[in-house]
Formats: sequence, structure tokens, C-alpha cells
Amino acid sequence: MNPIVEVRGAVKRYPGVTALGGVSLKVFGGEVVALIGENGAGKSTLMKILGGLVHPDQGEILIDGKPVQISSVSVATSLGISLIHQELNTLDNIDVAGNVFLGREPSRFGIIDRAKMRADAKELLDRLGLPISVDTSLQKLSLAQKQMVEIAKALSLDAKVLIMDEPTSSLTLTETEQLLKIVEDLRKRGVGIVYISHRLGEVKEIADRVVGMRDGQNAGEIPKEEITHERMVKMMVGRDLDRSSVVTESTAKEDRLVVRDLRTKRYPACPISFEVKAGEVFCLSGLVGAGRSEVVQTIFGTDASQGGTVALDGKKIRSGNPHDAIEAGICLVPEDRRNVGLIVEWSVKNNITLPGLEKFARVGLIDRGMESEAASVQSKSLGVKTPNLDAAVSNLSGGNQQKVVVGKWMLQNPKVLILDEPTRGVDVGAKAEIYQLMRGLTAQGVAILMVSSDMEEVLGVSDRVAVMHEGSISGVLPRKDCSEEAIMRLAVGKENHA
Amino acid sequence: MKGLLRKETGIFILLLVVCIATALKSHQFLGVENLQNTSRLIGMYGIFSIGAGLVIITGGIELSVGSMFALLGVILAILLTDKHWNPIAAIVTIVLLGTGLGAFHGFLITRVKLQPFIVTLCGLLFYRGIARFVADDQTKGFGDAVGFEGLQKFATSNVLGVPMPFVMLIVLSVVMWVVLHRSVYGRHLFAVGRNEEAARYSGINTKRVIASAYVISGLLAGVAGIMIAFYTNSISPSSHGNFYELYGIAAAVLGGCSLRGGEGTIIGIILGTILLQVLQNLVNLLGIPSSLNFAVMGAVILLGVLADQLLSNRTPRKRTA
Repeated sequence: MNPIVEVRGAVKRYPGVTALGGVSLKVFGGEVVALIGENGAGKSTLMKILGGLVHPDQGEILIDGKPVQISSVSVATSLGISLIHQELNTLDNIDVAGNVFLGREPSRFGIIDRAKMRADAKELLDRLGLPISVDTSLQKLSLAQKQMVEIAKALSLDAKVLIMDEPTSSLTLTETEQLLKIVEDLRKRGVGIVYISHRLGEVKEIADRVVGMRDGQNAGEIPKEEITHERMVKMMVGRDLDRSSVVTESTAKEDRLVVRDLRTKRYPACPISFEVKAGEVFCLSGLVGAGRSEVVQTIFGTDASQGGTVALDGKKIRSGNPHDAIEAGICLVPEDRRNVGLIVEWSVKNNITLPGLEKFARVGLIDRGMESEAASVQSKSLGVKTPNLDAAVSNLSGGNQQKVVVGKWMLQNPKVLILDEPTRGVDVGAKAEIYQLMRGLTAQGVAILMVSSDMEEVLGVSDRVAVMHEGSISGVLPRKDCSEEAIMRLAVGKENHA
Repeated sequence: MKGLLRKETGIFILLLVVCIATALKSHQFLGVENLQNTSRLIGMYGIFSIGAGLVIITGGIELSVGSMFALLGVILAILLTDKHWNPIAAIVTIVLLGTGLGAFHGFLITRVKLQPFIVTLCGLLFYRGIARFVADDQTKGFGDAVGFEGLQKFATSNVLGVPMPFVMLIVLSVVMWVVLHRSVYGRHLFAVGRNEEAARYSGINTKRVIASAYVISGLLAGVAGIMIAFYTNSISPSSHGNFYELYGIAAAVLGGCSLRGGEGTIIGIILGTILLQVLQNLVNLLGIPSSLNFAVMGAVILLGVLADQLLSNRTPRKRTA
């Protein structure tokens, strides 16, 4: 029997990175293939290739044994492949029926045939056993129900292969069960399902086969009877780590930043507590969606706090306002550097001096000589490669942009520097320079709180690692106990540990 | 910085061409009387156009100033002629009232998070209605200015032959130039208009900065409102100040303010104001039917913006404070 879909040796390169280095995957009708791997292993790229969103540089795709070119989403759809994204693609202002048939509304002379659309949508919902009216506006539905609507849409397209990217990452337990039931049901109807998930418990329950990916390569396969938590973690982690990037042997002593029962908007039911010592690199690790960025955003004040306290050197900080945080000495290098870390249309100089402009001003008027001088010193000491200080930041490489972000905070003499994914999209050379910088700061007693999904970075740079899972800290590991396996085990959740 | 020069040079050349063409066609154009009158108008329009420009730089819009002029004008006339207020107290009240209305807009936009267009559109309707109600839909005038002759004289006088509103515009534009292009506050204004989130992440109190632009705009509207009231000398509440908000916006946009925010200069706004007034003047002097007034203005604005679009597509734009 031919697999419904087969990928052979898919290669996808982006400037500077190889996202996929020759990956193969087979999906048969009536089976659930779980695809697992760390952040950045290439799962999403592979799925986007199947969904027609990304075109591979090399490799073959076969449907029912025949090679095909999936040049666009509509081609994928007509071949029977449906992709349900992590971020849903539903429209909140339209009702259920309208969403299911969005872009393919049954019509006569350009007028939508509402009766037919409603009837068809109702039939699909009944097939899925969904007790929702087809006239409900999507904004009234829960996330899980919206996901079901997406599945209904896929069914209406006669999907033979359904790809679900982290479908349960934002669902509650009951909602997850409901979803798994539907997946089960689809399998019985002969649909091939690719199920991407970080939740190994779920995977074990539903998968007929587990396929692992690592660094854009196949990392092995586990048949149903052999699926264990342990084996899955091993498969994801696998490689030997280059420990040569090991950095600090810090002599951290006093608590600098103390976070108590902090509640974030995304996980208001999960109070977070931890402390970062002066001169230490404290890392928040975990999988995407575990709530790490939300924690640092709440500390910095760009996200509203839902309770709890943040104290710096024993003094409580008013929350909810980055201005107060910066004043106190807490600075954030955000994950999204192009949109919130920098004003990319602005010059290097203006970006560097923006947060502390008052320092270069007398009675509110900027002393431009002083400003240029400070920016120039900062830019040189960080080794920002730019034609001149008036060049727009948008023209710089990712690594140099990041140095500008760090530079603007260095002028503020931070006591706590928060770095959210500090080296994402940064080339190897600049990466090393940023680590060097972090080392210099900790030597001066600055406390560094880092969020990172890059395992080598986590292991190489951190003094202590707190691992987050679904909004809570599931464990804090001192440097000597840190290993990729130990972190992954905590990241996928304690309850699955057995 | 090259782009910055270029943009203002563009409108400056356009202005020169229009002036030369008008002067060649009509010898009145450069006559003392015409120059005085035109510069008086430029002064009044320029003052509130600066306010419109500041708001546009934050990425917002202020549509209510025309109606504000009617409301403030009516109240000023009532205070001076009916209530016989002290002239100083009256003008201070009017300026504070304008500032307060601006602060109210700023509050609704930044705290209640309403869209600037909607807030100021409601202002446009509301203030006009209140002005007509307060005045009982009657035209209010200053008559012989009994009791405030000094104030009226001041507002309509000339300093060494230069009309008072124009003198005030010069003073205010120098002040605002320093504020916008040399102060920390000005830099923050551009930051907020260019990328509000990034500004917030840099510790700028974005709400306060945005609201302040409406406050300044309200204050300048108060000052301009007094000048305009004394210029017309009678305020018909249903028509006084009609469309003035659009003159302000047009001047700012012609002068290089982007409606997306984060771009613009004081010099540009002033040049934009002058160009609009010269066009107005041109229509009058060249005997073009005054019914075509708006058509001429619309066409020139469109051409100006089109030319800018073509130029900026060719050269990558990067403009800041």
C-alpha cells in the first residue's frame, strides 16, 4: 500500500541556516503520526512545505505514489492536504458557517446561498459531534471550539491528510480530550493525521507512530508498542553537546531581583516565584508557549501584572509601566527586536540614546554633541558594524541590530538586564560577542535574566536554569545538574515523568 | 538628513513658482496691502496648522478646530460685549478653554482608547452645535469694542508694518521648532508617532506624549481663535471657521507630515500654510471664479503629494527629527 503522502529528502535553506537537511516522512491513511522535536528542529518548516506555504530547495513529495509540486495553499488543498496552524486562521466577526466556507461560499449569481451553506456546515458539525449552532459568531466560541471549526473546514475540503501543529497548546484538559476524540474519529474514517505536539502524554495516548526530528534531520522513529516517555525525550535530544561555550563560573551571592507570586495575563492561575542573584545568569527555559516571555514582559511592565511583587535590591517596584522598571534599573531586550526593540527606520544614534535622552539634555533641550559622543562611544565599545551613526538601523544585520538594542540599555547602567531570545536570528560571530558582553556585565554584578529556546545557549551561558511548563516553573536546575535531557523532562511536564 | 532638505526644497520651489507666476500675472500681488493681508491670514492659519501638524506627527488627527473657533469666538464675544469681562481675563479664559478641550481629546484618545478620528469628528459636530446654541444662532460681533479697544487694536495691529498674527506665528514657530527638533520631548513625539510600541519599550510614557500633542493643538487653536475672531470682527456661529481644520491638515501634509505618523517639520508646515494662502490669493487676484477656490486647492495638494510619492519611491526614505 502506498502512503497517502510521502516526503523524500526535503531540503530547505534560509540565508545562514539550513532549516531542513534532507527530511523524509510517510503518512498512511488511517494513522496518526506524531511529529516531535525541540523548538527549531524543523517540524513547522516541514509542515509548511506540505501545506504549500514553503517550497523546498530539494526533495520530492508524492501523493498516492505520484510525485507532485505543491506550489501554493490551494494546490495543497486540492490534493487533499489541510493544515491547521498553531495560530488559528478563523475570522472572529463571521459566523461558523461563514468560516467553514470562507472563500468558497456556495453562491448563485454572486449572491451567497445561505441556506445551502448553513445546511452543509451543519452536516459537518454533526459529523464531528459538535453542539454549536452554525449561526454563532466565532468571537463567542472558545479557542477549542474555534479549532473544531477549523477541523470542520478541513473536512469540507475533503482532506485526506490533516496536519495539526500544536493543536492543544492553548486548550484546557477537557477541551484536549474532546479534540483527541475527534482525532480518533477521523482516523477511523481513514484520514491520515500528522500530529505535532510537545505534550508527550498526549502523543503517547494518540499516536500510532512517533517520528522525531532534530536540527532539520530525521531523528528516528518509534512504533506504537515501543512509545515511552523516556525514548521520546532521548530521541528529541540525541546529540552530543558542544560544551566549549561554557562561560561563567560566577560567584553570585546576594539576591538582586526577587519575584514573588507573579501572575501573568496568559497564566493568571500560575503564580511564579524566583530570584536572580547579582552577577548571575538565570535562564527561563521551556518550550514555546510555556509562558516565559510573558513572565519577563510582566516584570518589565509591558504586560499588565495580575498580582504578585517584583523587588530589586530589596525595594519593591511599581508594576505595569516600563518607565518605572527602567528607572529602577531593569532593562529588557525584547524578543521582537524589529518591532518593539528598535525603531528600525531611525538611525543607530537615535536608537541608542532614546531611553535615556534626558541625560544628554539641559532644560529639556538635547545637547547634540554630547548625544553623538555617547552614541559613538557605545557603538564602538559594542563593535556595531555600521557605515556611520546616522545610518538607519534597518540596514544593519540581525546581530548588529541586537548590539544596538543592548547598547541602548548599557547607557542606562542596568542592575538587571533581561534578554529574551538574545541571539535569535543572530549570526555565529555576533552571538559570541553578545555572550562576551553578558560576561562583562555579570562581572560588574549585573543580574541577567535570560529567556532562551536555544539549548546550547541555555546550557552554555546559564548559572541556573528554571524550566517552565504551561505557565509554572516545574523545576530549577543549578548548573551542575543541567543537561538537555533534564531540561526537556521538566519542559514537557512533571506529571508525565513516570 | 538629505531627504529632509529635499522634501522642504520641493514645496519651497513649488511655492516660488506659484508666487512668480502670480506676480507676473498680477502687479497687485506684491503690493503692500496685498502682502499685509496675505501675511495676516498666513499668521492665523499657521498658528493652528502647527498644532494640526504635531497631532499628525503622533499618528493622530484633529478635526475639531474649525468648530472650536466658532465656539471660542462666540464665547469671547459674549464675555467681552455682554458680560464686560476684563479683556485679559477673557483671552486667558479662551486660551485655557482651547487647551482644556485639547486635553479632553487627549484623555479620550489615550485613556479611553478611542480613535482620534472619531473623537475629534464628534468634537467637530458637538462644538459647532454648542456654539450655535450659546449664540442663539445669532451672529455675535465686537461692535465698537467698547471696553476692550486695546485688545482689538493689539490683535489687528501691525508691528513695523507686519501684521500681529504673522509676528506671533514667527515667535511661535521658533519656539515650536526648538521644541520639536531640539528637545527631548520633540524626539519622544517622533518616536511615538513612528513606532508607539518601541517607544513604550524604551520607557517613554507614550500616553502622556500623545495626549500632550492634543493639548498643544488646543492651546494653539485658542490663540488662533482669538486672532480669527478679531479679524472677522463678527462671528456667525454656523459658518465661522468652517473647514479650517482641513486647511490645517492640508498645510501639514503638504509640508511633509505623514498621516502614518513620525514625520514632519515645522518649516514644512509653515511652507504648506503659505502655499495654501498664496493659492487662495491667486484665485482672487487672477479673477478665477471663486467657486473654483477649493478645486484649485485640492488639485495643488494632490499634485504636491503625488510629486512627493514619486520622489520618495525613487530614493529610500529615512527621516527623523
